[in-house]
Amino acid sequence: MKRTITRLLMAPSVIVLLLWMIIPLSMTIYFSTIHYNLLYPGSTRFVGWLNYDFFITDPAFLTAIGNTTLLVGSVLIITVVLGVALSALIDKPFFGRGIVRVLLISPFFVMPTVNALVWKNMMMNPVYGIFAWIWQSLGLTPIDWLSTYPLFSIIVMVSWQWLPFAILVFVTALQSQDHEQKEAAQMDGATSWHIFRYLTIPHLSRPITVVVMIEAIFLLSVFAQIYVSTNGGPGYSSTNLAYMIYNQALLQFNVGTASAGGLIAVVLANIVAFFLIRAVGKNLTV
Amino acid sequence: MSYLTINRLQKHYDNYHALRGINLSIEEGEFIVFVGPSGCGKSTLLRTIAGLETSSSGKINLDGQEISELAPAKRDLAMVFQSYALYPHMTVKENLSFALRLAKAPQTEIDEKVRIASTSLQLDTLLERKPKELSGGQRQRVAIGRAIVRQPKVFLFDEPLSNLDAALRVQMRLELARLHKQLGTTMIYVTHDQVEAMTLADRVVILNAGQIEQVGTPLELYRQPKSRFVAEFIGTPKMNLIPIDQIDNQGDRLALSVGGGKTSFPVSRLQEDINTNSTLGIRPEHLALVDSDGDLSGHVELIEHLGSEAYAHVRLSNQQRIIVKAAARSRIKDEQQVHINIDTDEIILLNDSDRVISMIAEETVYD
Ligand SMILES: Nc1ncnc2c1ncn2[C@@H]1O[C@H](COP(=O)(O)OP(=O)(O)OP(=O)(O)O)[C@@H](O)[C@H]1O
Ligand SMILES: [Mg+2]
Repeated sequence: MKRTITRLLMAPSVIVLLLWMIIPLSMTIYFSTIHYNLLYPGSTRFVGWLNYDFFITDPAFLTAIGNTTLLVGSVLIITVVLGVALSALIDKPFFGRGIVRVLLISPFFVMPTVNALVWKNMMMNPVYGIFAWIWQSLGLTPIDWLSTYPLFSIIVMVSWQWLPFAILVFVTALQSQDHEQKEAAQMDGATSWHIFRYLTIPHLSRPITVVVMIEAIFLLSVFAQIYVSTNGGPGYSSTNLAYMIYNQALLQFNVGTASAGGLIAVVLANIVAFFLIRAVGKNLTV
Repeated sequence: MSYLTINRLQKHYDNYHALRGINLSIEEGEFIVFVGPSGCGKSTLLRTIAGLETSSSGKINLDGQEISELAPAKRDLAMVFQSYALYPHMTVKENLSFALRLAKAPQTEIDEKVRIASTSLQLDTLLERKPKELSGGQRQRVAIGRAIVRQPKVFLFDEPLSNLDAALRVQMRLELARLHKQLGTTMIYVTHDQVEAMTLADRVVILNAGQIEQVGTPLELYRQPKSRFVAEFIGTPKMNLIPIDQIDNQGDRLALSVGGGKTSFPVSRLQEDINTNSTLGIRPEHLALVDSDGDLSGHVELIEHLGSEAYAHVRLSNQQRIIVKAAARSRIKDEQQVHINIDTDEIILLNDSDRVISMIAEETVYD
């Protein structure tokens, strides 16, 4: 009796959440099986797997998969390595530590679009960007970063955005590290490097797992930076899966194929998540 | 020169003077215990010896070498922390061998030392476990083992047993005493626990507000404290301190009026002249309840039965409160009128500046 009442009372929210998830998903599945192009209204015939076939055999598809992997992987490595190093550096008290910390965290509060614009126009612009100025003052020819190294530029922007998140997590974790352990190690003859290697890194293994999992989820769908800076180009050289789907749906008006791409992305994300959790998740259970 | 010498050691924190001129000599193989009230600087002194805190001034010499400027690892000391401070991601074996591995000792030597330490501390079966899979007592033993494998010149312990339950504390205390006997290494031990101090120590150092109040064997401190602070600090329950109302010099004895009663004290045991405003100190165990004709009298406010003994809290006829040790199954009731005899051999006299001016009765010192 009691159980029925609890269930009844929970039902509205559960149902809303379910609909919230089910309706877009089933509509996407439905769209992915019909011919649905905004340029040909009225044509909604069933096409089976054709949209999927079309998406996968698109010459951009493999490039996009490669780019997505490269982007996610590089940003993860950069943010984790730099994040651990920087947070270990600012863990010790020094003059102005508070300000340094705030400055290190602040990029996280910059909107992705603004981030991309700042990098595009103020840092990487080949004429009046800061890098161009540095190159010029060194007597070198300025590089047009966005067209010469488009994916690398995107990686820099996204890393800049996500590094603060990693630092935030690691700094908090470092504060919970036991002080007496470090002193004991010091008495055992450990140098700062030994303490970092044998005590700090193992202590950070769980926070690193958390950062990798959370960042991976968000990095799979990076879009704004690409949209604002390179538009996925030149060619497909900086197109990731999310941008490719957008490209299908809103540049080529092919909603059917875009839906198929979206579902492929969902499947791929789940595969990644599965292996990720298998690989690092056991860190979380102990 | 002795093994470990501490000379005019001072420690200033930003705005706190934690150690105010510590002078101490320790012989090789001694078991030294630091006691004192909370915040008196015991840990600070220990950590300064270890090199975890830098001293503001003063010198520390160990085995003929000045160590006050050396890094902690170079001092050849090992420390056991109150929180154990085991390395959580390493197994017991890795914890024990960490220092040796850092020092790049040969594997056979590491294995041998770990084996010896783990056998003597009964850790053999736990070597592959992580610290979090151990009980408190086992963790404590690993922490001690980690210190032992380094074969340091001096062991430093900062309240190592305070996180253990009472039964385990007794067991570990015995184990430490056995270890000290077996290794013969110098040990410095910080504790709050008087029983630990009295049972383990060759000599006890009593600290008060960053200064050494007195150094001596446990028995010396018990029988011949130098000051009111030490007199009150050593012994549970505390020594009774009763102001002396009147002193009559009767040749070789002083007649003392205290607490509404009378007692006497031999002049020969005075170190210096006694003046008015002196205080008489007598421990609860040196007072006895008698049926009549006691030195003091009063009524019992409360009696505490501890099983092996009982303590009567007595309000004397002049309203002063004292504690008297009574027999375990004494039938004394609250509010009962009682008489108390003083064991005059055990009386301690303090002058008006809280220094002890009496000496112990010779014949009872070492019997
Ligand atoms: N890092 C510090 N900065 C400023 N003052 C400190 C610092 N560490 C300790 N003190 C002060 O120095 C005094 C001695 O501290 P210490 O830790 O040596 O006391 P303790 O005798 O070990 O006390 P307990 O028995 O409670 O452990 C205390 O009054 C404490 O407030
Ligand atoms: Mg302390």
